[in-house]
Amino acid sequence: MCSYIVERAALTGSAKAAGMWTPITTAVVSVDHPFHATLDHALIVDFVDAGRPVSERVALELSVASARELISCMQTALDAFGEG
Amino acid sequence: MYQGLLAETVTIVGNGDEEIGAYLARPLGPGPFPGVLVIHHAPGWDEPTKEIARRFAAEGYIAISPNLYHRFGPDLAADDAAAAARAAGWITTEQFLGDAAGAIRFLRGLPVSTGNVGSIGYCSGGRQSFLAACELSVDAAVDCYGAFVVSSSPPELPYRMEPIIDRAPKISCPILGLFGAEDKNPSPDEVAQIDAELTRLGKEHEFHTFENAGHGFFAVDRPMYRVEAAVQGWRLILDFFGRHLR
Repeated sequence: MCSYIVERAALTGSAKAAGMWTPITTAVVSVDHPFHATLDHALIVDFVDAGRPVSERVALELSVASARELISCMQTALDAFGEG
Repeated sequence: MYQGLLAETVTIVGNGDEEIGAYLARPLGPGPFPGVLVIHHAPGWDEPTKEIARRFAAEGYIAISPNLYHRFGPDLAADDAAAAARAAGWITTEQFLGDAAGAIRFLRGLPVSTGNVGSIGYCSGGRQSFLAACELSVDAAVDCYGAFVVSSSPPELPYRMEPIIDRAPKISCPILGLFGAEDKNPSPDEVAQIDAELTRLGKEHEFHTFENAGHGFFAVDRPMYRVEAAVQGWRLILDFFGRHLR
């Protein structure tokens, strides 16, 4: 379905795509039909710099299972690091 | 079937008298031809949507698909425009209806038009085709698995989708509904609720639910594609438009 699910998170950091680093300020997160991945539904994350054109975003389309795996992996890594 | 087609991007006047792009596909020949409004889905004004427009042209219809995401950037790639739409919280019902009305006006103004216009949409576009049947001057409408017609999106989401079934008394044309038995949104129970309400209101409609098919079974570029449902669905659509638009 077109779920219309959209969440967003403020971020501090950078992302690299097409050979270029860019600051990122926001992640726009949805679970919906992907554009490129051959999946019915995907976790879609657009990493954007609010001041830059949308075409310069860094985009992810992940299967729901692999997205959960990624989240678990990131959580494990952060837990291991502690509060920093 | 028409082997010779003309397909191009045109400019139409949409909501708020703003100019937007639209994809127009029509058969070559003097016509006149009936028209079809092809509503793109939430992932955008993409190539599969334009392919559907060309299919209708080959079947003898003037098809138009307005770029509902034009205002996010007229020259954006479809995926970028969809990303901008997501970030903005999609488009409003008012904007959709204004853009769709502009596309219908454009169709009816073409010298090769019969004046009869149907609407069709898939997924989010299915819901919007239902809206077109309620609010716009169309002669037939096809809703392919449109969600949130009788249900709402979860309240915790920042962008709520509200039910539109309360607009059903205003429906002024026959409706064809095509659904998948394995779809969760709209679920078979929701489809039954819509069916019952249209029956109660005396609105001409025919609903078909395909076994072994879920959401998006017409989408040829996705795993959800189901050949039996899609082939039979196209037959039903062409028969429906043939009866009500020709």
